[in-house]
Amino acid sequence: MEALALLAQEADKAAAAASSAGFAYGLAAIGPGIGIGYLVGKSVEAMARQPEAAGMVRTTMFLGIAFTEALALIGFVVFILIGL
Amino acid sequence: MTTDATPMVTQLDGEAVEVKVTADMVKRGLWVAPAIIAVAAMIWGENGAWSAAFAVALVLVNFAVSALLISTTAKISLGLMMGATLFGYLIRLGLIMLAVLLVKDAGWISLPALGATIIVTHLGLLIWELKYVAISLAHSGIAPPRP
Repeated sequence: MEALALLAQEADKAAAAASSAGFAYGLAAIGPGIGIGYLVGKSVEAMARQPEAAGMVRTTMFLGIAFTEALALIGFVVFILIGL
Repeated sequence: MTTDATPMVTQLDGEAVEVKVTADMVKRGLWVAPAIIAVAAMIWGENGAWSAAFAVALVLVNFAVSALLISTTAKISLGLMMGATLFGYLIRLGLIMLAVLLVKDAGWISLPALGATIIVTHLGLLIWELKYVAISLAHSGIAPPRP
């Protein structure tokens, strides 16, 4: 009986660790989401104002998105190292 | 380059620069992949090598899907491009998570190797590409020789 209780306690701990890691990953994805939204919004504005600079704006926008996404990937890596 | 000034119908017909940038990054990624895999193998052993190869593939596919989404939707409208970029971000994160969840219990996976390689490859390729993009933006027409 005691062994069963101990097993249930361990399972609870593992579940709590997994759900908090998932929660942390969700939080880590919010910042880059806001960043990408702002970045793309401003880029669209720039392209609409100055269409001849669209190529340059698109290049910097794409790299900006990828750099911002790196933050979410770091959150994801922390999640897989702690939660999985 | 544009047909109208309204964002919902304005489309970009020019060269898909994202595809060009991504093609460069994928080329460089494939070029350095053996070195990354060798380093991972030295640190984490055979499992590390397989995990590093999987991580490099994930990063390159992620870049390619992102570029393809932007270039395809930019030809339709800027509004659609914006939506596709934001939802694409969520979908790509979900796909990466799914890909990792599918292999997490495999015998050949090493999670520290996978995580480290994802971050190092993603940031490394971006910084490498930034060197060429920054110089060609500052001095248009003057691009450093590509490897």
